[in-house]
Amino acid sequence: MSTATHPTAHFDLQPTDGPGKEQLLELSMGPQHPSTHGVFRMKVVLDGERVVRLKPVFGYLHRNHEKIAESETYLGSMPYTDRLDYMCSITNNWAYALAVEKLAGIQVPERAEYLRVITGELTRLQNHACLIGFLMQDMGSSGTPLMYAFREREKILDLFESLTGARMMCNYMRFGGCRVDLPAGWLDQAKKVVADFPRFLDEYEQLLVSNEILMDRTQDVGVLSRELAVSAGISGPMARASGVDYDIRKVDRYSIYDRFTFRVPLGSHGDVYDRFMVRLLEMRESVSILEQAMRDIPSGPIVDPKMKIRGFRPKPGEAYGRIEAPKGELGFYLVSDGSPNPYRYRVRPPSLINLTVLEDLCVGRNVADIVAILGSIDIVLGEVDR
Amino acid sequence: MNLEAIKSEIEANVPGCRLELVANPSPSGQHSLRTGAEHAVAVAVYLRDAEDLRFDFCSNVTGIDWPSREVSQKVKVRKLVDGVEQEVEEVRKTALPGTLEVVYHLFSVEKKHGPISLRMSTIDRDANVHLPSLTPVWRSAELQEREIFDLFGVVFDGHPDLRRLLMWPDFTDHPMRRDYVDPDDYEYEPTAHDEVLRRAQQHRSEADEEHPGEAGER
Amino acid sequence: MDEKLKNELSKQGIFTTTLQNLYNWGRTNSIWPLNFGLACCAIEMIATTMARYDMARFGAEVFRPSPRQADLMIVAGTVTKKMAPLVVRLYNQMPEPKYVISMGACAISGGPFKQGYNVLKGIDRFIPVDIYIPGCPPRPEALLDAFMELQKKIDEQTLTGEKRPRHLNAGEPSEFVVPRYGAHDLEPTKNPNLWKAPLVQISQAGTDESGSH
Repeated sequence: MSTATHPTAHFDLQPTDGPGKEQLLELSMGPQHPSTHGVFRMKVVLDGERVVRLKPVFGYLHRNHEKIAESETYLGSMPYTDRLDYMCSITNNWAYALAVEKLAGIQVPERAEYLRVITGELTRLQNHACLIGFLMQDMGSSGTPLMYAFREREKILDLFESLTGARMMCNYMRFGGCRVDLPAGWLDQAKKVVADFPRFLDEYEQLLVSNEILMDRTQDVGVLSRELAVSAGISGPMARASGVDYDIRKVDRYSIYDRFTFRVPLGSHGDVYDRFMVRLLEMRESVSILEQAMRDIPSGPIVDPKMKIRGFRPKPGEAYGRIEAPKGELGFYLVSDGSPNPYRYRVRPPSLINLTVLEDLCVGRNVADIVAILGSIDIVLGEVDR
Repeated sequence: MNLEAIKSEIEANVPGCRLELVANPSPSGQHSLRTGAEHAVAVAVYLRDAEDLRFDFCSNVTGIDWPSREVSQKVKVRKLVDGVEQEVEEVRKTALPGTLEVVYHLFSVEKKHGPISLRMSTIDRDANVHLPSLTPVWRSAELQEREIFDLFGVVFDGHPDLRRLLMWPDFTDHPMRRDYVDPDDYEYEPTAHDEVLRRAQQHRSEADEEHPGEAGER
Repeated sequence: MDEKLKNELSKQGIFTTTLQNLYNWGRTNSIWPLNFGLACCAIEMIATTMARYDMARFGAEVFRPSPRQADLMIVAGTVTKKMAPLVVRLYNQMPEPKYVISMGACAISGGPFKQGYNVLKGIDRFIPVDIYIPGCPPRPEALLDAFMELQKKIDEQTLTGEKRPRHLNAGEPSEFVVPRYGAHDLEPTKNPNLWKAPLVQISQAGTDESGSH
């Protein structure tokens, strides 16, 4: 019954000139490295091209989000959550708003839930599209796939900008609803962007899915078993690529996700290729959710009228709220002592926890595979280090 | 998911183990179980492996710092006042020792239920900060326990690779503790307020003493 | 050279220029940035190089992964104290002439994360900065604007004389001190030769004036 997944023991990089170690080479990848997605660093020990050991080094973007949040008001932390996973600010807002709503028992009006789903799924679309672009960029196809992804991303960012006023740092959610209602004509524009999106997906799929080089570089690389994925707390598309049927949108049925029909794509090999494919298929499902949500969106208030945002003091207690963010399970754990600031504010970062198994995936592979494996995990350093 | 039932089930199956049910007054209704350090690993293994529980997914691990504090309580006591025995209200102060608490949020991927929170606390905040590591039970605790070691200073016995996660190795403080004083580098604060304003003014007067009459140029 | 004569000569098909103009023209239009992103701003930096904003129009699309081949460091994002020594070292490794754009509020002053214990309050405490772009994050247009400002700055640099730039002046340093990790903070916390606190009037936020130089 027990899962045999023991982490490897601690090692310090030592000069590798001992007997029998003449062939080993130490390599420090990062923090300035074109394919580490920011300031991530790995200490790697190599035997020729083969990875013998790999230890990630964190903290180069540790900007004290949790400490600052504990001296801020509840609402004051909302803009900071934008900057956690800076590719997907809206889902970060959502997870935080959800946790506070659990903590204080706030209801969200129906229209606001629809707005959340629409903006959240748009965020997922642009995140997955860009992630695939970055993955291809890391594996050497400089330009084209990333260029295509950013072309689509700009369309979605334009929607965000006209709705929230910012391209990246949207700061859109409030406790008990959303900050602003849709401007005139927004929904039509969004419908057009979503209707055009499958064409981009077709193009992407045609370009990549059966590409021989891509298949060679990714299939059977970085295989993650189902047991290890569950034990190591892997969540999101990465877990589903290993066959773990766990999508928080289906499990928790938070917000109004039980009103939409969508499927959860699962992988069967758990390799880099499956992680890539799961994201590609998830985008199709997101498009379907978006179509349903934009068809059904009712009119009404966008924020609970009884909600007092200024001078907000939840009663003492604690709550853990989580959503299915594009990168995995994004959770917020809040402890209130009845004051305007949270006593304890904790972010459960999917990017960090998904990196737990990085060494397991890389050992025995070539150096070039590290880049593909890391790219397929989908990390954003703002969230890894916080 | 009845926490009371889970509690008695664990107590029946882990010999010598006593759990405390910690009520959560918030509307979230997420109550938790507190375990002593000596039985923590056995409780965790039971939670993970028991057929009806199967909490195989340890989602979130976090620390909470509770500095020592005084709690005042009103108690009614009987005592002699002017020769007559009366019931008098008295304010009694109890000093709670500081402690570092660690909370694990568990879910079940197999049964699709949760969360349940498992808590344990250190004896104090200075010398006795050891707790058993649950990384051998749930691998996902590996990096998160390292983070708690780094930022709160809880030492997890049995952790395979307990090093600082975020700060550099030579760093000696634990910044997420409530009494941490951050380095003072507020020399230039055009829009200061509160504590920052005080620090900026202090820097300014020090600079004036060192270089009197120096103009505001770089 | 006399402008009139120059015009006359060019009508005859003779192109004249000065060495300085030629040198600056070449440098202005082939600024190669270091492939180096720190945080959120890096995503906007990438967006700037993509099709819609197309930084290639300015001859700056060649992002070099090695500092030895780069002319420009775009400090795009929050510089933490753990990262600061590495940023300075990368800067030291770049060959002269080299320029720095400090992109976004964090790189300028720590920005929203200013009160963090691990956040450096401005990269200009350790390396000289040429252009500052405010914003959180700055839009791609702002980065393009900073780029054009930098081009103007380079174009105005002279080869000789008192005002010649640092890289042509043997007395000026091209490497700066790399801070070390200390027990509580970086050591030193700033480069005092490079950065002095601007002596602004310290006033309470929200009151009448925020100070003057």
